[in-house]
This record gives sequence, C-alpha cells and structure tokens, in this order.
Amino acid sequence: MNDAVPAIEVRDLHKRYGEHEAVRGVDIEVRRGEVFGLLGPNGAGKTTTVEILEGYRTRTSGEVSVLGYDPSRRQLELRRRIGIVLQAGGIYSHVTPREALAHWARFYPRPRDVQEVLRLSGLTAQADVRSRKLSGGQLRRLDLALALVGDPELMFLDEPTTGFDPEARRGAWATVRSLRALGKTVLLTTHYLDEAQELADRVAIIKDGRVLAIGPPRELGAHPPGAAQYRVAWRDGGGALVARQTDDPTRLLHELTSEALARGEQVRELSVSRPTLEDVYLELTADG
Amino acid sequence: MGDAMALTWRQYRLERRMFWRNPSAAFFNFVLPLLFLIGGGAILHGNQHQLDKLVPAIAGMSVMSTTFTALAYNIVFLRERGVLKRIRGTPLPTGSYFGGVACNAVTNTALQIAIIVIAGRAVFGIGWPRDWAELIVFVLAGVVCLAALGVAFAHVIPNFESTAAYVNAVFLPVVFVSFYAFDTASAPEFLRNVADALPLKPLIDGLYGAMVSGSGLPSNLDALAVIGLWGVFGIWLAVRGFTWEQRRG
Repeated sequence: MNDAVPAIEVRDLHKRYGEHEAVRGVDIEVRRGEVFGLLGPNGAGKTTTVEILEGYRTRTSGEVSVLGYDPSRRQLELRRRIGIVLQAGGIYSHVTPREALAHWARFYPRPRDVQEVLRLSGLTAQADVRSRKLSGGQLRRLDLALALVGDPELMFLDEPTTGFDPEARRGAWATVRSLRALGKTVLLTTHYLDEAQELADRVAIIKDGRVLAIGPPRELGAHPPGAAQYRVAWRDGGGALVARQTDDPTRLLHELTSEALARGEQVRELSVSRPTLEDVYLELTADG
Repeated sequence: MGDAMALTWRQYRLERRMFWRNPSAAFFNFVLPLLFLIGGGAILHGNQHQLDKLVPAIAGMSVMSTTFTALAYNIVFLRERGVLKRIRGTPLPTGSYFGGVACNAVTNTALQIAIIVIAGRAVFGIGWPRDWAELIVFVLAGVVCLAALGVAFAHVIPNFESTAAYVNAVFLPVVFVSFYAFDTASAPEFLRNVADALPLKPLIDGLYGAMVSGSGLPSNLDALAVIGLWGVFGIWLAVRGFTWEQRRG
C-alpha cells in the first residue's frame, strides 16, 4: 500500500436508516500521521460515519477508502492494520490486562510487546488484576491498549473521554499525543470542543449528517465558512454596546473613527476580535 | 488456514481459563446436574427400573444445560457488554472465535457426561454404557443441535437481565415434557407427540439406548433424525439472526 494514499478518503457518504438519513453527504480526507477530529453534537452522525469506516456498518451510497481498502468488505488485511477504540467496548471480566493483551497480540502479524503496551497505557500496576476489578478509567486505558497491541497504522477513537473526570481526561489526552509521537494516524470523534482543539491537527465540524467546516482548529476559528471573520464591538454615543460582524475590519474601523472624530466623540470600549473555534462551533451547530 | 486453527486453539484455551475462573458457571455446569442425580437417586432408591431411566434423562438435560443454556447466557452477556463488537473489529476470524467457543461447550458436555457415566456405574448400578459408539453419536448430535439453538435463541433475548426468564421459559417446560413423556408410557398422546417433536426427548431416547438398553443405533435412527432436523434449523437461525452488538433503544 502506497504511503502517498491518504489514510482515509470519504466522498459523498450517505447512510440511511429507514426514513432517517443519519449521514447526508460527508466528504473527509485524513492524511497519514495526522490526528483528525470529528467534532459535533450528539446525534450528528459522527459515530455512524466512524462505524462505516471501521467496517461495522455498510453505507447507503458514496465512496469510502481506508488505507486503500473498502471497509465494507471486512478484509482481514485491513483489520490487521487498524485499531478500534469503541465508545462501549467491553472485555471479559475474568481475564487480566496482561492475558487479554497477550491473546489479542496473536491476532496480528507484528504485534507490539505486551509489556511495552502495558507501560504506554499506564496499566503496569494493574497488569495482573482481573478486569472486573479495574476502575472505569483503567478499563478505558485497557481499551486503548487492546487497540494498540496490534501496532496499527490507523486508530479510531470514538469519544475516548466521555464521562471522564478532568484528571483522567488529561491522562487520555497525553496518550493520544503519544500515539501521534508513534506516527499513528488517529481519527478521533468528540463532542468536546476543547478536546478537538487540544489534540487534532485538523477538525471537521459535523451536524445533522453534514460536514459544516473543515480545517486546522486555529484556522477554522479565523476563517469559518459562512461566518464573519471579525467581530468589532464598541459603546456608541448613547452608551449602548454595539457589536458588528465584518470581513473587513479596516473599513469599519475607519468609518467608525471618522464619524466619531467628526462629531468630536470618543469611541469607547472598542474591541476587535477574531471568533474562536468555540464561537464558530456554537454558531454552526446552533439549532434553527 | 493453519493460522485460523492456531487462533481457534488460543480462543479455546482462553474460554477454558475463563470458565474455571467463574465459579457460578462451573457450579451450574457440574454441580447442579449432580444434585439432580443425587436427589433423584435418593427418591428412586431401590427401584432399578426407575434409576435406569433417571441417569440418561439427567445426561440429556446436562447436554442441554451445557450448550443451549450456557451459550444463550454467554452470548447475551458478551453482546450486551460490547465484547462481541470489540472482537468483531479485530482480525480474529469469525470461524476461529466460534470454533473456540463451541469446543469449550463440547468440553463441558464431555466432562459432564463422563461424570454421569461414572456415577451411573459406581452409584446407580446401571453399569458401563452398552454402546459407546451410539453414546458418542448422540452426545455429538445433541451438542451441535442444542448449541446452535442456544446461539439462535440468544438473538431473541433483549438484554442480560431477562436472560434467566427467557432461558427458563424454554428450558423448564422442555425438560418437564420430555422427562414426563420419557418416563410415563401412559402420558397423554398429545404430550408424547410434543415431546417426540422436540429435540430433548429423542436425545434421551438415544442416550437410554446407548447407556442402558443397548438397543443399538439402528433402532434410534428416527430420534437421531429429529435431532438432526432441529440442528439444521438451529444452525440456519443462529447464522441468519446473529447480531454482534446490542440493539439500541
């Protein structure tokens, strides 16, 4: 498989469940070695999209390529090269992390060393504890360890920190960063904005089964399609706070200040700001 | 292919290890049928004719509990916990997974039958089985048939909490009707027809022939045919209806 081929290519993906169309024309390209975030509110179609890429669901229409394979054909060669962390993937209760990892490692042609995976996922101390005695956070780390043990090129992380306390979240973030350091391509879904901003090289904002915006988190804040680039705010002569969205702040500021000077007034509390990813996200995903 | 065989073996080893680590599974598989055997043996003490029927009946019930009941429980549990979905996402071949699971059930059944055969010889005075070949044929046919039906039945059970209710709603009436029709020649014809059409009574008939009467395989071919038909139906249902993940909602 050629490394120049993107890790994931999705074109005009549709998925219909009876009357309901969960995915309505998604286009995504994930490059090798990047952490790509699929960001959107619950029910936006993130998990459906990811489960089509993982081979769990078949698509209604569109083109999908994962490492050059069609995931709906469920070829062994593809499953040997991907690692999947599900939202709710359980594990046998009477097996320890070390045993589970040793078992999983045999599924893959070139697995990572079990001891090393235990260390990477922070489970060394719990390596020989039966999984039913592990805490929720430890089980999530085991999820990650099981996905990592086959040394996959591409990892899918579906809402990896949902339900975590802040400390556990920071731990999970550190792990995702270490995946990037290992050269893995990561497709991450999340409904947490800060998570996407913190981890992803590029983000696609998805809502109602459509991609609304795509790009690096910082640029997405600066150049949101369909949204103004700058927000200019000031207090007018009557003392009311005024805010205006504009793509051309220079002109607006010039007009504003000339008028004020002409009237001999001050422009008080003047501010010019660029919308953050949060502004864009809230604006794009707002209801109605 | 060698790889798939090796993975089947690994899955089987893991299933065995988990079985012994789960005390309640081990209890239901081994202790419960023995308790039935001891309880029934105490009641029927001194009545050899009745003991001759008790041992193969308990053997038949054991085949059903180690396959039908155990697999329905196991699959509903693993499906609800998301273990099956996780396995589905790995390169473990489906055949290797189910091969390991099935061999685990076969091992439990074989251990169970061995215990009952030894108890029958040592305690219940029915001696060693008259026809080992027939015993093996019927146990294997029963395992394949009832294991497939257990996997198929798992598809009907909506969640793990209701598994006991669903399984017992099938297991208890089938065991009752089959035992009654097997034991009582004067049972109403309607009940006898029902029992003969279900897989357990033919299995017990075959086991009786193998363990006690020595009537031979040829005289029980119709019983084998009933088990075979249920087996084909069960496999068809198990494959067709299988779901790897919990239905939503």
